[in-house]
Amino acid sequence: MPDVRVVNVSKKFGKIVALDNVSLHIHEKEYFSLLGPSGCGKTTLLRLIAGLIQPDKGEIYIGERFVNNVPPEDRDIGFVFQTFALFPHMNVWDNVIYGPRVKGFDMKKAGIIGHEVLEMVKLHERSDAFPNELSGGMMQRTAVARALAAGAKLLLLDEPLGQLDAKVRKELRYDIRRMVKDLELTAIHVTHDQAEAMSISDRIAVIKKGKVQQVGTPEELYMNPQSVFVANFIGESNFLEGYVSIMTGKETSIELRGGTKVHATNGDLKRGERVVLAIRPETFTIEKGARRGENAISGSVERVVFEGTNIRYEVRLENQDSILIAKPSLMGEWFNIGEKVTVSFQREKAHVFPYPETGLKEEIAVE
Amino acid sequence: MPKTKMLEALDRLSSRKAVKYGVYLTAVILFFALILLPPILGIIIKWNTMQQVLNQPALMSRALSAVENSFTIALFVSALDVATGVPMAWLITRGKSKWLNVLDTVSDIPFIVPTAALGYSLLLFWSEPGGVSSLFGNSLVSQGWLLVVLLHFTFSYPVVVRVIVGALLDYKKEYENASRTLGAPPFTASRTVTFPIIKPSLIAAFILAFSRSISETGATFIVAGAFENGPVFIQNMKKDYVGSTYEGSIVFASFILIAVALAIFLTIRALGPKLKLPVRKIWPTFERKLSYSKAASSRDSITLLIFFAIVLIPSLFVALPALQAIFTDTLPKSLSGAGVWGEYWQSLLLSYFLGAVVTILNVIIGLPMAIIVARRKLGVLPSAVLDVLVNVPLVVPSIALGVSLAIFWKANFAFMPEMVVLIFAHLAITYPYFVRSMSAAVERISPDLEEAARTLGAKPLGVFRTIVLPLTKYSILSGAIMVFTRSVSETGATVAVVTSLRTAPVVIVEWVMKKVAATPLEIGLGCGFLIVFSFIILLALRLIVKGKGRY
Repeated sequence: MPDVRVVNVSKKFGKIVALDNVSLHIHEKEYFSLLGPSGCGKTTLLRLIAGLIQPDKGEIYIGERFVNNVPPEDRDIGFVFQTFALFPHMNVWDNVIYGPRVKGFDMKKAGIIGHEVLEMVKLHERSDAFPNELSGGMMQRTAVARALAAGAKLLLLDEPLGQLDAKVRKELRYDIRRMVKDLELTAIHVTHDQAEAMSISDRIAVIKKGKVQQVGTPEELYMNPQSVFVANFIGESNFLEGYVSIMTGKETSIELRGGTKVHATNGDLKRGERVVLAIRPETFTIEKGARRGENAISGSVERVVFEGTNIRYEVRLENQDSILIAKPSLMGEWFNIGEKVTVSFQREKAHVFPYPETGLKEEIAVE
Repeated sequence: MPKTKMLEALDRLSSRKAVKYGVYLTAVILFFALILLPPILGIIIKWNTMQQVLNQPALMSRALSAVENSFTIALFVSALDVATGVPMAWLITRGKSKWLNVLDTVSDIPFIVPTAALGYSLLLFWSEPGGVSSLFGNSLVSQGWLLVVLLHFTFSYPVVVRVIVGALLDYKKEYENASRTLGAPPFTASRTVTFPIIKPSLIAAFILAFSRSISETGATFIVAGAFENGPVFIQNMKKDYVGSTYEGSIVFASFILIAVALAIFLTIRALGPKLKLPVRKIWPTFERKLSYSKAASSRDSITLLIFFAIVLIPSLFVALPALQAIFTDTLPKSLSGAGVWGEYWQSLLLSYFLGAVVTILNVIIGLPMAIIVARRKLGVLPSAVLDVLVNVPLVVPSIALGVSLAIFWKANFAFMPEMVVLIFAHLAITYPYFVRSMSAAVERISPDLEEAARTLGAKPLGVFRTIVLPLTKYSILSGAIMVFTRSVSETGATVAVVTSLRTAPVVIVEWVMKKVAATPLEIGLGCGFLIVFSFIILLALRLIVKGKGRY
């Protein structure tokens, strides 16, 4: 199963830069996701790999083959469209055997493949149905079956679950991953849903405004985001603004707004530099009353939201910054609105980033 | 009463059921009384006169063979139109050259040339000295069936291209992309996916080309020579025969034309959806060859050659004598209104006046009908039946419709001025164009929008004024353009109805047929004026459309 290399690829639509000098290497048999907000260029990248559009600059390789000038039908890919694009004038069966047929297989051979893939997606009983007679989930499974039947070694999925109900979406994403792994395919999955990308991918590339922000495993992206944007887009983060007040060896002391001092571990900063601390809501501890200690800040509970698994607190800190804290609802004590509390965090759980040139709001904006 | 107060009062009135249904019923009654029934009743009134023809086997077989020619040519030309129009539409919508925008606009030109002028232009190009015949030493295509075929191909081709271009633009290209990623080369993808999906539009294009071909009279008369199709036969009967034989023969020919046209239309409508394009059989190697390199580029070259050599240049060839006329004394003579020109200017004015009146009438009585059809306002079945009936005048040959309509009005309402009958005839012919384009536009508006307006407190008329009308302005204007163009071009129904009045295309036909002594330069200039004025009016309307069509 092929690997895919995208080398310095750029693409413009009129004056809009969709992709700006993007390079990626997707390994053999890898389930790889392109994750980013709408309009970030992820679908453009997928369509470039499929050959549906041509790059303005750069090179694309599928396996050892340089494919810039290879038409889509000769790239040995399977493409699952967001709208499914099931041919409305053909039933499930004819849709599924379309690939083998246009590749010149005889009816018998096409039939064998058709049965195999329909078995795999459990749609045998509906093979006579037309697309408009299928549920969203069935349409999606037909679209996957059709792409697999074409003999694809590289499966390209463009928001394949975007049009489905939440429950069906969760079920199907594991089904797709299982099939890809069983068949030892390479898959590239485009999505704007970070939970979806995190739960099925071997690795993820986070894309913003046509540029790759970070590539890594879901754990790496979550535990070690390398930019404010990634810290915000993958999972959730609280952002606290401040200045580097002390830099000694590995220790960094940061003075937050209002003079509160906290400690962090990152180096590579200068004294006096304006920074942003990113701390995940679930890494805070919260306790009643006022307490002094490292990275402990007092405040009061302003809002409580019960979400089932978690309970979330919005806490107004003494310096007037507001943070979110998430705690498992069935463990530990609960806090009430107006209650005085102390929140604290471990220094290694805080990621320190230089303050973005464009401003914090602009940097984390997803639209 | 101030304007807003009056509108508010009307809005309130419109929420009364009686008023709402009153408007719809009036539209339906007017449709039956002015458009659908007169042409049918006209033939029935003169049913007995057909006996005259049945008693003369020679005349009957002449009539039958003329009618047969009409349908043979219409079927052949429509098939040819679709076969050649598809690659042209493909080139316009899928090609990459920046010149394709120009090609897109240019492909509309033959559409705006009134057919009588087009007929003369083709005659000059193919048959007369000075045209291509001068290159070949003899007249290349003389008057007769082949020139009729060329003519019908020329004027119906732009209609077909327009419909297919529209369908390809509306079509979700994702299907084609899906097919490509599954391994199909471009030719296979379009053959097995794109065209089967836009099949309804291909059928609609075929029907439009077909109905244009069987209706066309003036230009056909110019290029037919001794050849006769249905409309030419009726014209010749008017010339050669008098009294009851004349009446019997035209009623007979009209009846057969209407009956067969309707039968073909209903057959296509019934069988069209069942027609399956072969999508399972695939020849991978051969189709791959057709998709790339030489095959694709030669397809484009042939398409462009057909368009320029057979459609565009012959259509505009009349510009040569028209330009020549400008540099001689023909121009000042024409402007002074001397000789043949007095009648010409009167006829031109009449044509545009008629076009304007018919357009306004269409908007008034066609709009409620379009809403009935699009929104099933009178119940599902009655509305669906109306949907089919509205199309009837579209497929009925216009001269046959004119003959029958004239008989009806003159027999029952002899006091009615010829001008009014002429307006009714043009109204009947153009009505389907307007209602069809409007009902399609109304269908495109989501009923949610209207319901949202109602929940916000708007009365039915208010919803129409503030939601439907602004969102369909573009379609009203483009529908108006179609109606106006069709009316100005119309010859068949006009000659069938009038005895003393002359519209511009009728005058041109008479000039060419030497009924009135006009020189070739004068005919050229007459055609030129007709084209230029029509073009200016259309351009003005289009500019309005462009300015208003931002939805």
